[in-house]
Amino acid sequence: MVAYILRRLLYLIPTIFGVALLVFLLFTVAGEDPVRIALGNHASPEAIADLRAKWGLDKSLFAQFGDFLMQILTFDYGTSYNNGEQLSELFAKGAVVSLSLTLPPFLLGLCLNVSLAMLIAYYRNSWFDRWATAIAVMAMSVSYLVYIIALQYLLAFKLDLFPINGYESGLRSIYYLVLPGLIMLLVSIGPDIRIYRTVFLDEIDADYVRTARAKGVSERAVLFKHVLKNALIPIITYTVVVIPFLVLGAFLMERFFSLPGVGDLLITAINTGDYPVLKGLTMYIAIGYSLFNLLSDVLYAFVDPRVKLS
Amino acid sequence: MTTMTSTMKSESLGRRAFRQLMKRKLTVLCFVVLGIYLMIALLGIVGLLPDYQERVGGPYESPSLSLSLILGTDVFGRSVLYKILAGTQTALTIGFVVSAIAIPIGITLGSIAGFYGGKLDAFVVWMYTVVVSVPYILTVIAISYVLGAGMLAICIAMGMVSWVSLCRLTRGEFIKHRDRDYVMASRLMGASDARLIFLHILPNVVHLAIISGSLMVLAAMKSEVILTFLGVGIQSGASWGTMIDDAKGELIQGIWWPLTGVVLAMFFIIYALNVIADALRDALDPKLND
Repeated sequence: MVAYILRRLLYLIPTIFGVALLVFLLFTVAGEDPVRIALGNHASPEAIADLRAKWGLDKSLFAQFGDFLMQILTFDYGTSYNNGEQLSELFAKGAVVSLSLTLPPFLLGLCLNVSLAMLIAYYRNSWFDRWATAIAVMAMSVSYLVYIIALQYLLAFKLDLFPINGYESGLRSIYYLVLPGLIMLLVSIGPDIRIYRTVFLDEIDADYVRTARAKGVSERAVLFKHVLKNALIPIITYTVVVIPFLVLGAFLMERFFSLPGVGDLLITAINTGDYPVLKGLTMYIAIGYSLFNLLSDVLYAFVDPRVKLS
Repeated sequence: MTTMTSTMKSESLGRRAFRQLMKRKLTVLCFVVLGIYLMIALLGIVGLLPDYQERVGGPYESPSLSLSLILGTDVFGRSVLYKILAGTQTALTIGFVVSAIAIPIGITLGSIAGFYGGKLDAFVVWMYTVVVSVPYILTVIAISYVLGAGMLAICIAMGMVSWVSLCRLTRGEFIKHRDRDYVMASRLMGASDARLIFLHILPNVVHLAIISGSLMVLAAMKSEVILTFLGVGIQSGASWGTMIDDAKGELIQGIWWPLTGVVLAMFFIIYALNVIADALRDALDPKLND
């Protein structure tokens, strides 16, 4: 196990290098000139040269890439072009908001959707199963944007149950986070119960289930004792991989409800050409994604003794 | 019974899949819906759709019973229906162009990696690991920035990140097939690598391309709306994303028809594609058929 983890961690090096290369090519080599974005078209040549030197853009591309690799190694991505704030601070501040937005619907959704899917699997091939699956597909066929716009209009504007947008830190934040959280929960139901239902149905016809039934175990006990335990394996591994993206926040949600999370940071950085923020965020996400992928594989072997890591 | 099975065996996979697809009324209906949307898109490409820029009434007229006004008008008095039709053309074009870019990339890289293995395989795996490690939206936005905004740019950007899942599946199938007896036999008879790849193994993965193709069209259409909404997608021309963006302000003034129109237009095609993708998977995936 330890050898496997170490080897996988070593594999991370080429992946992270590749991501760094991709990010560098996309933003620094091919992207727009951030100095021109910051100073406009009519800046004096001296001002441009000064800013270039300050941001380290006067060096050769090779040296700039070296600088970027050093930043990745030291986890210090420098400061934002926009406001000169340290990226790690910006990121930490945003991550708190994003996580308090995404974590509750994520956990609630996991419990709710797994239970719903199990209920559907229990009544498989009945009219309830058919209608639930059909409604899930229908719910998936409506754009995410529409859910946000319609529910924000209905619940916040018309019925005045929630604030339309805005954010305050501390406990007051709950007041602002309930509606976006509810929408995220609602949107997750359709796709999740479809996946989980298939997972349950894959297990329900397995040999061990037939044996249990033949022994006279009730359908309910079969479902809760045997099927649920085994179905949780793919569900856990499928869920763990999503965790790093929770930090990224739901950028659409943050945009609509003016929440100062990481997603909002990202969209602002895209719109203003704030490359240090873009590069830093991408690296954080990429490293997080790789690590959680590894965690997911290790967990898989941990909960399912049949799986051998090699 | 025996004669039944023997005739079924002799039937080609394609025919059997077709028969199975036609068995469910809902699937047939969804194919009809897809056909109608494709027709609209084709009419638009030939230039036969009514001009959505033309004014057909006053600003924000509510729906009434004539073709151009059936979904009311927008802020400039343009027909919402015509805008939706033009948006249909944009959405479908993007969906199909993205698949046309991503499917060849996925199949080619997947086949080469799976067939040859070794360093080539390691390189392809490295490439897609890198691509999936970067958030989808970020790569698409960055690539379309580089290429300049516009329809083609966004198609290329989405195409360049959408090939990963198909590549993975294809690679897996090739690894499974490359050491099978039939491939070995053909190799011993002196078949070239190209012959083995294209003639022998590739037909076994075509169904994967069809299934992921239908999912790619779906995903691309949904992403286009979100990207356009974020201001990185279609800048000129009609798009459902722009209409949804406008609808956000209109709704508060009580103008519900543009949003309703777009939601319905999107709903039918996305629902149809969802059902078709599921039906294709059921009909074409031999694992489920056996």
